[in-house]
This record gives sequence, C-alpha cells and structure tokens, in this order.
Amino acid sequence: MKISYYPGCTLKLKAKNLELAALASLQALGIDVEEMDRWNCCGAVYSLTDDDLIHHIGPVRNLVRAKERGADKLVTLCSMCYNTLARANQLMKTDTVKRDTINRFMDDEIDYFGEVEVIHYLTLLEEQVGWDKIKEKVTAPLTDLKVAPYYGCTLQRPQDVGIEPMGSFRLMTGLLEAIGATVVPFNSADKCCGSYQVINAPAGDNDAAANVINAAASAGIEALATSCPLCEYNLGKQQDQFMAKGKITANVPTFYFTQLLAMALGVNPEVCHFELNDMKAVQLLEAKKFQVAA
Amino acid sequence: MCEITKQPEIKVATGDRAILPEGAKTIPIFVMGKKYDVPETLTIMKAMEFAGFKFLRGAGCRGGICGACPTVFRMAGDYKLHFGLACQTVVEANMYLAQIPFFPANRASYNIEEMSAAADAIHALYPEIFRCVACNLCTKACPMEVKVMDYIAALKQGQIDKAARISFDCIQCGLCASRCMGEIPQYHVAQLARRIFGKFIQPRFEHLVSRVKEIESGKYDQMLDELTKMDHETLKKKYVEREREPDLSSLGAWKPKETQYL
Amino acid sequence: MTLPINAQNVSIVSIEKINKLSGENVKLCMQCGTCTAACPMAEEMDFFPRKVMHLSQFGMLSLMNDINTYWKCASCHSCSVRCPRGIDIAKVMEALRQLVLRTSKNYIEPSQMPAEQISELPQIAMVAGFRKLTS
Repeated sequence: MKISYYPGCTLKLKAKNLELAALASLQALGIDVEEMDRWNCCGAVYSLTDDDLIHHIGPVRNLVRAKERGADKLVTLCSMCYNTLARANQLMKTDTVKRDTINRFMDDEIDYFGEVEVIHYLTLLEEQVGWDKIKEKVTAPLTDLKVAPYYGCTLQRPQDVGIEPMGSFRLMTGLLEAIGATVVPFNSADKCCGSYQVINAPAGDNDAAANVINAAASAGIEALATSCPLCEYNLGKQQDQFMAKGKITANVPTFYFTQLLAMALGVNPEVCHFELNDMKAVQLLEAKKFQVAA
Repeated sequence: MCEITKQPEIKVATGDRAILPEGAKTIPIFVMGKKYDVPETLTIMKAMEFAGFKFLRGAGCRGGICGACPTVFRMAGDYKLHFGLACQTVVEANMYLAQIPFFPANRASYNIEEMSAAADAIHALYPEIFRCVACNLCTKACPMEVKVMDYIAALKQGQIDKAARISFDCIQCGLCASRCMGEIPQYHVAQLARRIFGKFIQPRFEHLVSRVKEIESGKYDQMLDELTKMDHETLKKKYVEREREPDLSSLGAWKPKETQYL
Repeated sequence: MTLPINAQNVSIVSIEKINKLSGENVKLCMQCGTCTAACPMAEEMDFFPRKVMHLSQFGMLSLMNDINTYWKCASCHSCSVRCPRGIDIAKVMEALRQLVLRTSKNYIEPSQMPAEQISELPQIAMVAGFRKLTS
C-alpha cells in the first residue's frame, strides 16, 4: 500500500515544528510515507455554498496529484487540510453531477472519482503501528505531564469526515497514554478556538480561545495537545495578551501532539523546534525535567 | 441575377507600411472586432502594423523577451481562449484578437535592502496571494509556459527559492493577473521572490566576491587609465589583436600568453 | 427590539435565495436555540444564531444587512452537528455571507491588515479568513 503525504502550506513555514516532529516520529517508528512533489494550497476551509464549485478545485487538484502518484491513501497532519481534503474527496465520491463538472473544468488534469482515501496522521499511527507498539518504542515517557487532547472543530465536524465520533477523543488519548502522559479530560476539547476570526480581531481579543484555556486550567491541565496550526496560534501564542486583558488567570501551554510523540520516542529535541511554540511551553518542559535541547 | 464584381485588389501603401509581395496570400483576422485582410506568415504585431496600427505602447523588443505585447485571441466558432505575444505568434485565419499591453496590478513598494530571506515579508506585502483558489487559469494564460499556479503555491508555503526557480522565465507581461479570480498580481510577487532569492538566498559566488575586492583595491586602475588615454587607432589595433579563448575550449584548458593582467 | 413582520420586509424570493445557496431549508427550524447555546462566537454577535435563523425564515435580508452575526461565524459546525432539525446552520451563515460577497463587497480588506499581524499569523488563518470574508 502506498501512502502519500500532504503537508499543507503552514507546515512549511509557521508550523515546521508540527511537521518535522511528525516525520521524525514516523522514521523512528519505521513507517514510510512519501511527500508529494507537487501540491497546492487546499483552501483551508471547505466551501459551504451549494452552487460554488470553484473553491473545490484546490483540494481536488491535490487528490488528483495523489492519484497520479498511485497513492492508495493520502495522509495529512494539519486539521484544516484534513477536513478540506476529506470533504472534497467525499464530494467527488458521491456527487456524480458536481464531480463531472469539476473534472471537466480541470481539463488539464486526469479525471478523479474519489479513488484515494484521505486519512489523518493519528489514524495512520493507529492503523499502521498501534498504541502498544508505540508504547514499546518510548524511551522518554512523559511521566507526570497532565495533558489534554484538544481536537478543535475540524478533526471531528462534520461527523461524516470526523476522525472519530463527536464526544470521543479516543485516538489522541490512546497516543498520549502510550507515550506515558497523564490524560486529563475536559469539557472544551471540541470547542472552537475562534479559527480564522483572528484576522479580524486585535491580539488577545479572542474570547473563544480564552474560554478554552480557562476550562483547561480549571480542570488541572498543564498542557494542551493539538494538530492544528491555527488552534496552536489562537490558544498558544496569545496567552500574554489574554493575561494582560484579564481574560485568563493561568497559562496552559500548547503543543503539537507530534512534538510530544517525538520527545517520548527519544528524537533529537532540536527536531521538535520548541522555540516556535510559546516560551511558556519550553518553560513547562524544563520544569518537568524533559530534554528540550540537545 | 447577381452581379459578379471583381474582387478588390489589395492596395498596399508605400512608405512605412509593409509592401505585400507579388502573389502573397492574405487571410482575414479581426482586431478588436474589425476585420482586416493581412498576409499570412506575419506575426500578429507585423500584421497589425500592416493593417495600419501604429504601436506607441504595447511593443518593445520584438524578440519575445520584454513582455510588452501580450495578446489574447479566440478562433472564430471556438470557446477556447488563447494567449501569446504579438511579436512571436503567427496570425491564423479568423483569429479574433485584442492586445492587453497593460493590466492593472497592485505593485507593492518596498526597500529590498531592508528585507530578508524570510517569506513573511512577501506575505505582508502581497496578502492577496492567499486568495488563490488553484484554478490554474494563470498557468494556462502564460505565453512563456511558466507554472504560475505552482509558484504562487510555493510562495504560500514560504518557499521563496522554489518560487524563484519556477518563475525564472517570466517576462512580466501580466496575462496571469488578467485571468486571476483572486485578483493576485502574480508576476510582481514572483519578481519580488526572485529579487529576495538573488540577494539573500542564493550563495554568493566566491570568485565574484574576490574579483570585486580586487577592483575596489585599485588593482585595475592603472590598466584602465592606460586604455582610456589611448588614441582611437591604438585602441582599435589592440582590440583586433587581442587574445581570445577558443570557442568550445574545455574548462581551465586555456591560458593567455600575456599573464600580467591575471 | 420589535421586528415587524409585514409585506415590506418579508420576502419569499429571499427565502428561496438562502435555501438555494445553502442547500438547506430554513423553514425546518423550530427556534429551539440549540445553535446559539452551542456557538462559541455568540457573545460577540449582534443577533444570536437563532434570531438570524428566524429572520431567514421570513427572508428578512434588509434587517440583516448591518449585523455581524454571519461575519463572526467561525464555521466550526458546532451548531450544525447539534441542530435537532438537522439543519446545517453553518451553510446558512455561508449563504448570508455569499449574498453580500457576491456583490463584490469585502467584509475585511487584506491590504489594510497590519504587516506585523500577517507576518505572525499561520498561513491558514489568511487563506481561511479571506475565503470567508472577502469577495
């Protein structure tokens, strides 16, 4: 089975830490994925207007690229890319009329009928490795780190593309437990962080994100684990401003789940690029005596 | 009964207008909707000049490099749009064409000296690149076959080097921008990417750096002084008698006999 | 605030427009307010989602011209997955945005965003934001 990897724009610039830690972890676990050599932006959000097809072209073009490469599955990391690609794929599988129009518009590409399966990295880990095997490979367990999976919106909604049913956080919980962390559930794991609304709001004005941090803090959570660069930005990078505006009273550092995985697998910490996270994240790891520098 | 009239002979003006050779075949083309009979085998630009158009703007090098004469055309009866440079594309019968010598496109102002290899600055100057929907109409419009959509994709990812390489053949004609539903000025963004690539990313050539140092240290001042003071005849003689590296000599195999200037 | 329902502001054509763009049927809404309860952005909205659904049921577009509800929607689908009537409310909000954006009006101007903000934000914030808030 051939698995192609779609990184997404943000992972090449602002969220290098998400990607590099993920790829190093796969290497440590002996999984081969092949990055696509040619790909474009997926559009980040799936177009919700019934008569609008042009905004499906971006994601479908990437699915065409995966098909061209003979991929059976296309794995992604960024939650927004996952959601957009998976929904576009579903459209191409099920809506024959729209599929036909889209294929005809892309007269420069081969036709696509939904042949490739879009999966998230967490699903890949469970399918290809499994939590037990990951547990065996852990060399630096995250003992005593109280962490909560934060799924946000796009990993779970809408239900037909969600990586698991609403209200269930089994995949990331399984992973975090396998790497030795203490998983603490909280009631805001699927609450929205405010998403793209951040482009239209002054720094630190995002109540949706502040509410999530407050909920995490009051549940005794020390760190949040996410797979979305926009969640990481909204939750992790604005805590100083939230604090200054009195919206939060305690910090809850945010990590990409791949950083925590790589750290537990004994990957060189420099690969995790913790310096790209908020400083509070590094301070927490240091306080817990985890190795954050080589 | 219909009267058969003699086909009007094509009258060709003399002077600055092209002269139709004896027996030359003409074909109809439509410039901005009006029909003109022009000799076949001409380029669009020459055909338009033949028809009486005078280019004050929208023509430059006439060699397919300056990007001043982008042209859009359709063949009669076909939906498909075609794109080309007027100085390079040969006319075909029943071509409907219009020149788009200029298309309004936002060009950001910046001081290259204050920039760096970071892609963030490109994003801040041209945030509209994030409006790309990957429709690929830009690539289809490019007369230089540059993969425009791909370099915009690379820039969204922050990969300036990749964008600079993909866009290398761009001649700044602007046809990409004319087709963009995201209203992106692709060619200006690519030019900025290439400037940043050249200044901050591509490694400096060592031999160029050392040569510039030599020049600045005054090593060649005296030689240049001698040359500038030479009279015309001596200079000409020196030029004609100069030593030249043979064409196709292999790298490093040739050395001049006179080595005092090395 | 009293919202009069009369021939001047009720529009069957507008109801049809919203339904066509969204692919949903706003008339199915029973005004339970679950959407509002689930909405993470509700506090910042001029009208709560339930009220916007109500106005949509009457096609009262003119009363929704100047409200920020559908511009503040983050398309998180919290409402859509919870609606007991099965309405994909996120799609209704998108339809309301598109009715404005398709007249070539932007809600935000990319060129007015501060350079420092753009340099800091992850790219998906701009891609997603421009898709939702620019024409």
